[in-house]
Amino acid sequence: MAQNQTNQNPEPAVLSVRNVGMSFGGLRALSEVDLDVRPGEVVALIGPNGAGKTTFFNCITGIYTPTEGQVTARPRDGRERRINGMRTNLVCELGMARTFQNIRLFPSMTALENVMIGRHCRTRTGVLGAVLRGAGTRREEQEVVDKSYELLGTVGLKTMANEYARNLPYGAQRRLEIARALATEPFLLLLDEPAAGMNPQETLELKDMVLRIRTQFAVSVLLIEHDMKMVMSLSDRIYVMEYGRVISTGTPKEVSEDPQVIRAYLGEESDA
Amino acid sequence: MTAADIFRHLKKALAAAVWLAFLTLPIMVIRVDTVEKTVTWRWMHLAYMAAGSFVLALVWNIMLERRDRGQADKDQDGGEGASALARRLADPRLARPLMAFGLLAAAAFPWFFSMYQTNILVSAMIYVVLGLGLNITVGLAGLLDLGYVAFYAVGAYAYALLNYHFHLGFWTVLPLGGILGAFFGLLLGFPVLRLRGDYLAIVTLGFGQIIRLVLENWGEFSFGPSGIANISRPGLFGIPYSVEQATTYIYYIMLGLVLLTIFVTARLKDSRIGRAWLALREDEIACQAMGIDNTRAKLLAFALGATFASLMGVVFAAKTTFINPASFTFMESAMILAIVVLGGMGSVLGVILGALLLMLLPEYMRAFSEYRMLIFGATMVVIMVFRPQGLVRAKRKVYKINVETAG
Ligand SMILES: Nc1ncnc2c1ncn2[C@@H]1O[C@H](COP(=O)(O)OP(=O)(O)OP(=O)(O)O)[C@@H](O)[C@H]1O
Ligand SMILES: [Mg+2]
Repeated sequence: MAQNQTNQNPEPAVLSVRNVGMSFGGLRALSEVDLDVRPGEVVALIGPNGAGKTTFFNCITGIYTPTEGQVTARPRDGRERRINGMRTNLVCELGMARTFQNIRLFPSMTALENVMIGRHCRTRTGVLGAVLRGAGTRREEQEVVDKSYELLGTVGLKTMANEYARNLPYGAQRRLEIARALATEPFLLLLDEPAAGMNPQETLELKDMVLRIRTQFAVSVLLIEHDMKMVMSLSDRIYVMEYGRVISTGTPKEVSEDPQVIRAYLGEESDA
Repeated sequence: MTAADIFRHLKKALAAAVWLAFLTLPIMVIRVDTVEKTVTWRWMHLAYMAAGSFVLALVWNIMLERRDRGQADKDQDGGEGASALARRLADPRLARPLMAFGLLAAAAFPWFFSMYQTNILVSAMIYVVLGLGLNITVGLAGLLDLGYVAFYAVGAYAYALLNYHFHLGFWTVLPLGGILGAFFGLLLGFPVLRLRGDYLAIVTLGFGQIIRLVLENWGEFSFGPSGIANISRPGLFGIPYSVEQATTYIYYIMLGLVLLTIFVTARLKDSRIGRAWLALREDEIACQAMGIDNTRAKLLAFALGATFASLMGVVFAAKTTFINPASFTFMESAMILAIVVLGGMGSVLGVILGALLLMLLPEYMRAFSEYRMLIFGATMVVIMVFRPQGLVRAKRKVYKINVETAG
């Protein structure tokens, strides 16, 4: 159903990437990448190891500056902005929040505090406010705590609010990263292999969680994932990347029938 | 402990004792008298040496093993395993009266002890503030600053020079010194924004040396190695006072500044700003990816840390009435860093205890003057081996959740 909608979706894309390329010295990690995410879509980016998926995420979140091409975002205010080369924290403030393939939580902060960090760019307290701790600061602080706690509930971690992040089980750490990203009030959620290291049961729950989050927070989702069952059942559209190029794109059905994809990628996945 | 364990420990300690006795044989046992041309063999010394090292090695090994076992238990708990003592201290029913008592004792101190003792405590309190200031930069934001003493020098020279040339008083220069410190903090901060870890440490170390070398060599400006003398003591509404009264007066000024610093740093630590610093320390990339402006957070940490050092510089100059570059060597930076690391990075209480321990211990061990530095060094090694996280481990705040709104 969502697939039919999005195919003729007249709304302009929240993220549009045109002709992006990235070279590390002589190594060509990305070339001529075009990609669009439209409002409310779940888009998957798949491809074999080393295809350049994580590099692509780094390019659109300001961790790398792409060597060629254009990346434009369309935040909730509707004003389109060019974001390649923008500082990472400003990209996040604009409303594009990500998770990391190799989990990057703040290990010796509690789960709740990790989410509270996400609220940083949406709050204002400065040094003077923090020291004097007036009514305004206290209100803001309580708001941060309450909102963060609520987000922990969204990813099912309420009971672990005061645990140190490093002591959480692996699956919980992945979900905590999602909650932290959500705390920044994004319009686009970028998930880098959210199901990596999870068992089938956890993966299934994660899929439901992502769909729930999409409607509840009205976000679009762009995710990198290797678990084909999850990708096929979750995504509205899929981009397949190989050697830094997009070799195929379309609905899950279209992509899985594309002979080029079967040769390049699905051929080596027995469960697809 | 099983019999096998005991046997193993005994064997290890015996080996250590034999080895050490053998190594020290020439210096401990053989004594050559060059005048009478005789050689005395003091075999009893060998026995003392062996017995002493045997006992020490035994105790050391057993303690190490107990520590490792303790850590394993803690990991199983999953919790932070705060010791029973720390937990009891954190209980407000005990903490409040304890703090009140401490404050009262501190306030009454100059009336019951000599000027000498009061002076020592003033020095210790200066280091408490220096430690708390560096704790912002190193402990919270994780920016290793080995040139911290430079900011201390900035404050001291700011007061000395302004006092010498323009006869500005202590109370005028104190805020000026703070602002100047913040400015110098930014000055150091800008060029090192992109550096991390070892590289940052080296550059800040260089910065500290540059400031000291400038003070030593730019004679027209700073009067070179001979320093500046006859700096005014703090004014007291124009009332004249004796040297003894001056000590008491500075003591109370320092007490006030210590309390202010504790208040400010403790509040910052549990605020939006403090959390951003912690995130910066834990993972710089994730921190920035979550919308925190790393540049601002770093500059703020440098500037605030430097402000406290500079304030203390002003107090130091007013207290001693004489300063020269020799007071601002790398040893000072190392000492302040030792206070932070030994006390517990990021913990306000820990840094206070660390400063008092490191400043008062050498002072009160003057009786054993020959072994003073030895005992001091041994204490540091023992603490770092058995409590690598410092005297007090920084604990994260447990936030109160508003259940109605949170559902
Ligand atoms: N900073 C860098 N410097 C040099 N080469 C890099 C850098 N980052 C990535 N690469 C290279 O770019 C290529 C793409 O890597 P990338 O991590 O994007 O792959 P990926 O598709 O995310 O793979 P995986 O599925 O294993 O996560 C690899 O050959 C990698 O070695
Ligand atoms: Mg990757």
